[in-house]
Amino acid sequence: MDLLRFATAGSVDDGKSTLIGRLLYDSKAIFTDQLESVERTSQQRGDEYTDLSLLTDGLRAEREQGITIDVAYRYFATPRRKFIIADTPGHIQYTRNMVTGASTADLAIVLVDARKGMVEQSRRHAFLVSLLRVPHLVLAVNKMDLVDWSQEVFEGIEKEFSSFATKLDVPDLTVVPISALHGDNIVSRSPNMPWYEGPSLLHHLEHVHIASDRNLVDVRFPVQYVIRPQSLQRTDYRAYAGQVAGGVLKAGDEVMVLPSGFTTRIAAIETADGPVGEAFAPMSVTVRLEDEIDVSRGDMICRPHNQPAVAQDIDAMVCWMAETPLVPGQKLAIKHTTRSARALVKELQYRLDVNSLHRDDTATQLGLNDIGRVRLRTTVPLLADEYRRNRQTGGFILIDEATNRTVGAGMITSAS
Amino acid sequence: MTIHEYQLSQLDLLEAEAVHVFREVAAELERPVLLFSGGKDSIVMLRLAEKAFWPAPMPFPVMHVDTGHNFPEVLEFRDRRVAELGVNLVVASVPDAIERGLVAEEPNGSRNRIQTPVLLEAVEKHRFTALFGGARRDEEKARAKERVFSFRDDFGQWDPKNQRPELWNLYNGRIHLGESIRVFPLSNWTELDVWHYIQREQIAVPSIYYAHEREVFERDGMLFANNEFCRPREGETTFTATVRYRTVGDASLTAAVRSDADTVEKVIDEIAATRLTERGATRGDDRVSEAAMEDRKKEGYF
Repeated sequence: MDLLRFATAGSVDDGKSTLIGRLLYDSKAIFTDQLESVERTSQQRGDEYTDLSLLTDGLRAEREQGITIDVAYRYFATPRRKFIIADTPGHIQYTRNMVTGASTADLAIVLVDARKGMVEQSRRHAFLVSLLRVPHLVLAVNKMDLVDWSQEVFEGIEKEFSSFATKLDVPDLTVVPISALHGDNIVSRSPNMPWYEGPSLLHHLEHVHIASDRNLVDVRFPVQYVIRPQSLQRTDYRAYAGQVAGGVLKAGDEVMVLPSGFTTRIAAIETADGPVGEAFAPMSVTVRLEDEIDVSRGDMICRPHNQPAVAQDIDAMVCWMAETPLVPGQKLAIKHTTRSARALVKELQYRLDVNSLHRDDTATQLGLNDIGRVRLRTTVPLLADEYRRNRQTGGFILIDEATNRTVGAGMITSAS
Repeated sequence: MTIHEYQLSQLDLLEAEAVHVFREVAAELERPVLLFSGGKDSIVMLRLAEKAFWPAPMPFPVMHVDTGHNFPEVLEFRDRRVAELGVNLVVASVPDAIERGLVAEEPNGSRNRIQTPVLLEAVEKHRFTALFGGARRDEEKARAKERVFSFRDDFGQWDPKNQRPELWNLYNGRIHLGESIRVFPLSNWTELDVWHYIQREQIAVPSIYYAHEREVFERDGMLFANNEFCRPREGETTFTATVRYRTVGDASLTAAVRSDADTVEKVIDEIAATRLTERGATRGDDRVSEAAMEDRKKEGYF
């Protein structure tokens, strides 16, 4: 059984909680005591119906205010797959939470209300999904029951969204007409919409092909931890532990260690369960090299003819996540793969209006939840790829050195 | 693992993620410690920590916050496992803290809340900066919102509205003096994943996780063992039943469930079919209020 991570974007009004509730309920992942507790709370508040969003809104403040503040993770499984849902709040003021949820997602579901069609929010959600390079996008056109299961309405929305998605460079788009409330096209195909010939939503989630989404071409192994047992039996043992970020590593391969540039061969790829012939993302393994060379945390093992950039000038799309704005001249800590450094904000090239996609090149700062293109200069070189080529070696976080808070997320567009 | 398709099974993926987290903490934080209760989740954590640093031993001690309300089978298991691994065990004792006047026994006899000051005292004394915990997001709705690296201030408090965003596999472990990080490598595991892993790795767990006969009585719809920490009140009668424990916590408020599952396979079948969550079925401490767990976490609980 494999695992699919997906993020859901949309607001309560679009029926997102109902959809998640429906998926969990139909896959028997909602338990009796959870349901009873939700029913109790709904009754106490005097809701007219059982509010399934209470299942995911776990914090006191969320329950009191009836809003989703933070990403909630939910789990369910079918006989084919295990699923992790990152349920992200839809409102613009929670853009950073959606970015967070999307960063690890294999697939994202953007919900629209069939009566309203594409709204500003749907465009923003689709843009964020493409910015974070989520490989598969599903547009779920919900509340089809309220437009009399109209093929015409559905196709209108599908057409409008598809033409917008082309501009965004979305690799795989699937559009499904559903009614989350009544369960149409959720688990099985709906008899109310015989004109729809695609899969049900759950069928798509179970079958969407994710094996080839990972980068299996460019070997990238960020060294995370050096293993040197201080025991008499293994005095000479020295190996490099880490999680493969790209490509396929094999014992015997010629490799290069960056930033030093030394080349050697992989002597063995080891795990506690014994050696493995090959390692690929996201396996956590331990690599032994044939030659004794100086390798430490933050270094990158790659192939001599396929290297990441060794770069101190970094251009990136940055999503800003703090109240205090990002301004040129600011110094921040940066964490990229297993490497930490300091970075100077050299330039803010533009701020992007996430609703209109208009680039404002007169902007002088990025505020909370703003996204913009930024040029950074780092104190030491990063071993970086473009984010569109590799999400692991192309993404970084920015940390405020005084408060230690994570204040930004970056996706590298070019590095030199 | 189907190598040919370059696709990991869900258990391999969860393992790879947890191993990454263990290594990241060891690399970035100076004095980590693994919280070990003898429960199934912390037992799985020990295995993962062992794997993460193999062939070197895990580079941190383990700590047990001992409420004094223990199941003897669990305590024996703890000592045996720690000896096998040759790791250091730090015990933070609640009875000892009561004697010293650090905490006072609560009227209902539960030591769940008063564990927190004892835990925090030990953290301060040993200057631990990172504490590995076995909490999972599927357990409880406040936990579903918590980060893998959960920042705690110098009072050990969790501030749910002010959490550090967590993107990709990049974790921010930067802290000031006195602050710490609670780390949850099993965040994305479910109860069923834990049992599948126990099965695959052939991991031993305390015998009380499997069906056995026990003298119990019913309270609030749950079955409690008749033991020195938990006696039937007037009107509650004891009887013998075949039960097992789904969770292992304070022996005064952890309930058993009726079960015939005496093997890993049967436990897995049972959990796959159950309609109750593990905490809902077995924990008196979560029944206090809708936000009982969130409130305890804000005070510095696990």
